Amino acid sequence: MSELAVKSILYLNGVNKSFDGFKAINNLCLDIRPGELRAIIGPNGAGKSTMMDIITGKTKPDSGEVIFRDQIDLTRHDEADIANLGIGRKFQKPTVIGSLTVWENLELALAGSRGVWQTLFFRLSDEKRARLESVLTQVGLAARREELSFNLSHGQKQWLEIGMLLVQDPQLLLVDEPAAGMTDYETLETAKLLKSISQHHSVVVVEHDMDFIRALDTKVTVLHEGSVLAEGRLELLQQDQRVIDVYLGR
Amino acid sequence: MSNSFIATYLWRDRGSRYLLIFLCLLGVGVPLLNWLPAESSWLHVPTYMVSLLGKYLCFAILALALDLIWGFCGILSLGHGAFFALGGYAMGMYLMRQIGDRGVYGNANLPDFMVFLNWQELPWFWQGFEHFSYALLMVLLVPGILAFVFGWLAFRSRVSGVYLSIITQALTYALMLAFFRNDMGFGGNNGLTDFKEILGFDLQATSTRLVLFCLSVLFLFLAYCGCRYITASKLGRVLISVRDAESRTRFLGYRVEHYKVMVFVVSALLAGVAGALYVPQVGIINPSEFNPLNSIEIVIWVAIGGRGTLYGAVLGALLVNYGKTYFTSGIFAEYWLFILGALFVVTTIYLPRGIVGLKEQWANGKLASRFKTAPGAKVAQ
Repeated sequence: MSELAVKSILYLNGVNKSFDGFKAINNLCLDIRPGELRAIIGPNGAGKSTMMDIITGKTKPDSGEVIFRDQIDLTRHDEADIANLGIGRKFQKPTVIGSLTVWENLELALAGSRGVWQTLFFRLSDEKRARLESVLTQVGLAARREELSFNLSHGQKQWLEIGMLLVQDPQLLLVDEPAAGMTDYETLETAKLLKSISQHHSVVVVEHDMDFIRALDTKVTVLHEGSVLAEGRLELLQQDQRVIDVYLGR
Repeated sequence: MSNSFIATYLWRDRGSRYLLIFLCLLGVGVPLLNWLPAESSWLHVPTYMVSLLGKYLCFAILALALDLIWGFCGILSLGHGAFFALGGYAMGMYLMRQIGDRGVYGNANLPDFMVFLNWQELPWFWQGFEHFSYALLMVLLVPGILAFVFGWLAFRSRVSGVYLSIITQALTYALMLAFFRNDMGFGGNNGLTDFKEILGFDLQATSTRLVLFCLSVLFLFLAYCGCRYITASKLGRVLISVRDAESRTRFLGYRVEHYKVMVFVVSALLAGVAGALYVPQVGIINPSEFNPLNSIEIVIWVAIGGRGTLYGAVLGALLVNYGKTYFTSGIFAEYWLFILGALFVVTTIYLPRGIVGLKEQWANGKLASRFKTAPGAKVAQ
């Protein structure tokens, strides 16, 4: 199946999920095209994280369809399966493996076999080594490759995690609040990084930071109470009264 | 194992190098000092001491097994004594069958305790244990299969942390209660003892004891290299990643439960072999080996020595057991458990990296506080 033949990389239709009667996701519909960069915003409790959990298999929806690449029903797979199908996830809190070095973190994420025996006898090929090197440079951590990632600054951890997603080489990247806790400079750099990534991957970014969204310069979906409130370019959304009421106006 | 592995992870790694050199010296030195000097000489190592050291080495293998899963994968098993005891029982059953008609009742077909219980024939699960190779197979299979089934059920259901520790504790407790029952056919309360020979060699003979000692050294040596190989490979880094950030590892596409089951089984196999080496050297195996307290003691050895280093676990097991022998035979005998408890508390609070981490801690000039948040210092995640 070639990339062109796929109509939507991710398709959510009528997804519902409640926790103890609270409707976290309410009839959510979303369609992400191959190669698209999509920003998702919404106030706290709008269901952004739950949506990520559902797509990546951490949470099973009560009802609705979650389809990857037109055909694959993600609700039937678990986290490891979904990751191997080609969906990468970056957490809100940067999650890197603290007691491993920057290089080892990247090596761990490297696309390839995930079997127990294969990892026991794993040898890094020159080709893959070159790939790691190039990603290391891309995320600006080349100088700190031997550093334990525990010792990185917050922003560097975020970048390392993005780097891990890059070497994992997923078709779809889900990025949860990448700019949280970053300096203005880091925020803009991160936006640039994501834009360049989106040339080769489909990317979904969940974010609060308006400057960051503006820098992404792409189609935005506004979530509210577990469903889509509005969709479009940021400049248009900022004039939409409903959006202003629930989110932007505050 | 390639040359680069030996050079990088066994030789250039200081702790590994010292440990392996120490084991070589022990394996050569102790037999020589038992054999060459006159018995009156202060250099002479008496035979009982050889077996005592052999016992410590078995405990060291057990500690190594626990460190592999706890230190590297964050699986805190409080029931690892169970695998040790099962390996020990498998060996004990072979040794029982070797007694033949030299038992008190002189029955060549049945061990004494079965005659005593009026059993007429050997139960099915005792069949085959007269063969040494079969017994060796069981030393590996019984702990291995138990660990596989238990691990598969627990890890697939994502039982982890404290909950896992509690059910491993329950596992060993249940086995202890079962083995205490006479009907189980493992000698009940008294267990298996009065062994005479192994492969036709007298167990009381000095030469047999020396061979058993050397085998313990050799197995610890090989087990150490094997564990080192695992932890130095990419597999080892996946284990660390499971320990530090389990869900992240899943989202990277690793089947965490497969890794956990694999390392749990390897660890159980090591524990089983340790038990099998232990029984002929101490001459008895009984259900108290399943006692949950024993399993907790293993955790203490590892914590005191230094978790997540492998050589620290070996060092901890050797030191604490030497201390135990020393203190329980003197005026401190009654206070040993208090001493052990205090050691554990002090280690946890002030030496999160154990004895082997001391030097680094001093070098950093700050005791305890610096490492409180270090990833390696987390207990039972």
